[in-house]
Amino acid sequence: MQWVWTNFDKIWGLTLAHVGLSVIPIVAGFILSIPLGYAASRSRVARSILLSVGGILYTIPSLALFFTIPVILGTSLLDPINVVVALTVYAVAIMIRTATDAFVSVPADVQDSARAVGFSRAQQFFAVDLPLAGPVLLAGVRVVSVSTVSLVSVGALIGVSSLGSLFTDGFGNGNLPEIWAGIVGTLVIAAVYDILIIAVARLLMPWNRRPARVRAVATKAAHA
Amino acid sequence: MFARKKSLILTGVLATATAVALVGCSSSSSLSGNDSSKSAGTITVGSANFSENVVLADIYGQALAAKGFTVKYKLNIGARAVYIPALEAGDIDVIPEYSGSILSYLDKTAAATSGADVASALTKALPSTLVAYKPASAADSDSLNVTPAFAQANNLTSIGDLKNVSKWILAANPEFQTRPDGIPGLKSVYGLDNINFQAISDGGGPATLKALLDNTVQVADIYSTTPSIVDNKLVTLTDPKNLFASQEVIPLVYKKSASSKLESALNAVSAKLTTKDLLKLNSEVQGDSKTDPAVAAKAWLKSAGLLSK
Amino acid sequence: MNIFAQGFQWIFTASHWTDVNGSAGIGAQILFHLQYTVIALFFVVIIAVPLGLLIGHTGKGRAVAITASNVSRALPTLGLLALLILVIGIGIVPTTIVLVILGIPPLLAGVYSGLESVDRQTIDAARAMGMTELQILFKVEVPLAMALLIGGLRAATLQIIATVAVAAVYGGNGLGRFVLDGIAQNDFAKAVGGAVLIIVLALVVDGLYAIIQRFAVPRGVSRGSVGRKHAARGGSIPVVATTRTPITEGQ
Repeated sequence: MQWVWTNFDKIWGLTLAHVGLSVIPIVAGFILSIPLGYAASRSRVARSILLSVGGILYTIPSLALFFTIPVILGTSLLDPINVVVALTVYAVAIMIRTATDAFVSVPADVQDSARAVGFSRAQQFFAVDLPLAGPVLLAGVRVVSVSTVSLVSVGALIGVSSLGSLFTDGFGNGNLPEIWAGIVGTLVIAAVYDILIIAVARLLMPWNRRPARVRAVATKAAHA
Repeated sequence: MFARKKSLILTGVLATATAVALVGCSSSSSLSGNDSSKSAGTITVGSANFSENVVLADIYGQALAAKGFTVKYKLNIGARAVYIPALEAGDIDVIPEYSGSILSYLDKTAAATSGADVASALTKALPSTLVAYKPASAADSDSLNVTPAFAQANNLTSIGDLKNVSKWILAANPEFQTRPDGIPGLKSVYGLDNINFQAISDGGGPATLKALLDNTVQVADIYSTTPSIVDNKLVTLTDPKNLFASQEVIPLVYKKSASSKLESALNAVSAKLTTKDLLKLNSEVQGDSKTDPAVAAKAWLKSAGLLSK
Repeated sequence: MNIFAQGFQWIFTASHWTDVNGSAGIGAQILFHLQYTVIALFFVVIIAVPLGLLIGHTGKGRAVAITASNVSRALPTLGLLALLILVIGIGIVPTTIVLVILGIPPLLAGVYSGLESVDRQTIDAARAMGMTELQILFKVEVPLAMALLIGGLRAATLQIIATVAVAAVYGGNGLGRFVLDGIAQNDFAKAVGGAVLIIVLALVVDGLYAIIQRFAVPRGVSRGSVGRKHAARGGSIPVVATTRTPITEGQ
């Protein structure tokens, strides 16, 4: 424990680096997966292609991906961008499936009604499909967030600083408190992200407060 | 009602877009900063993935910072096969190296094993993109270690004695498997063709030590300046045929970033650094106090008079 | 791309199947990889299945299970492994512990969300017919939940196969060995070859599960009506859907 206090600055710096590396993949993965998932929910061919590609991408070991991306992008091996790109790939790979499920879950009769009322394609997407897919998308982005935060640390193996550096350092020096600090720090970041995501979701989808009681209260409050 | 929802969603989309844009801005500057803003005064110091090398990188970095350089760090990059290409590409500018190992990495046929020979051979073997400054007197080499019990039971004193041991496992970094002065060297120089290999990627650190002590492996490659050798009374097998070359600590530099200012700062470190210092630094970082490498580095620089405050 | 061609060439070099640089060849490492996977999966099943059945049948403890699953997802493999190896030492034990911790959430989620996906009316009908709780569980709920159950097992297995590769980082066996050794030894053909083998192994296992899933689901049960059900319920979290839920076909 003593180690943590004497080295708090180092831990804090690495925490910020960890946040910096993990935010983009989560946001980008979420945004990219929406059109892909929507396409997959509309066409069976697109679905089978996108889902198998997603499945394959997800099985690529992270370390192998960190080393392959510079070859493809022409970036330098130690560039943090490699880690960001790799994690975005994983995020999309996980999220495509959820996004597809989310759009498939939109009841067909509701879509029919929207069309009957004269909604255009775009109107239907933004006013009907997206909001109704919202709750499942939310579940997906929560998983993506958690797994991205945990995967960032693998980048430490190729010298990209994050809380993972505490693992490589701690392992090299036999320093258990240092490794613990890294694990706890990762969990804290994941928890904070989760709370933020839920908060944003509440803001964007006020109709999705899960317990019925809360929903009733919310409606009342909205009407008051 | 639909209209209300729509505006809500629109707000949501806008908010997300703004957030993305903001995140994009702030992070792009922090991410690409180390490449694009590379002025003459910015030096990136790298290190291999083991404890001592990290401390040495911290020493180099802080010494350079004291001379007015802006220093960035890429520590624990990995094995030589990963960081040397990074150095040649200028992704890192400086890395602490070990003269013998880097020589045998660059020139697979290198025969030099003594200090002076290694230094001159290294100058020839270096690719045009790299330059080596003065080596320190501080030396650290690979060494094969066994527990006292195992040494006694099998009558071991030198590496060649392993030939008569029927079943044993050697632990080392993965690259030891193919390095010229690794298993291939043990085979050709000492005639050991009975090696079972266990890769442990910590450069003879705590996990290797633990595996050795609990008899998961019987022989371990541990760097000679590692305090655990003495602490655990390990028996270091002698190397009469000098398979493991002389390993003075030497700064290896990306040529385009080289300057006389950089050279004098790093040579000043080499001039002061002794093997004894390495042992002391390692025991501070790896021993019970678990001093942070950067903190240990600072203390050494102060004691060597290379850092004023 | 040239490097990928080299990787394939490395795989198709016959001698590499029995010996790579004097150590275990591709054949042996595939067996190691499967061995780690099967051992871990065994513990995952004996922990997650009873727990999942309990949660799914009684409807209690779901929130706790979700929280625990999310926490274990957030646990960084690398840190956990570093910690366990320093405490226990290298070998199969620390690796297995890490794999089990990672494998439990997908299976657990598959089991309880499978049971939850079963129509309440069907269960009430079974109860009205005088079935005991155990009979309801094993004769009604489990068969009807089979698709999601196997989906969970599939996700857990793939998660483990991918993670065994990382477990080689500090000194384990399995196909990840080739990736890590290749990188450390400047032998990128080996590294790429190892990565390709891991992907192929995962795809083969995934394919096997697809076949099992087809046969294990009782006739008349649509494979995975999850999406619709969950949405109908106001979007509770189909955790399993985020990994590998069978997709509703033809809607």
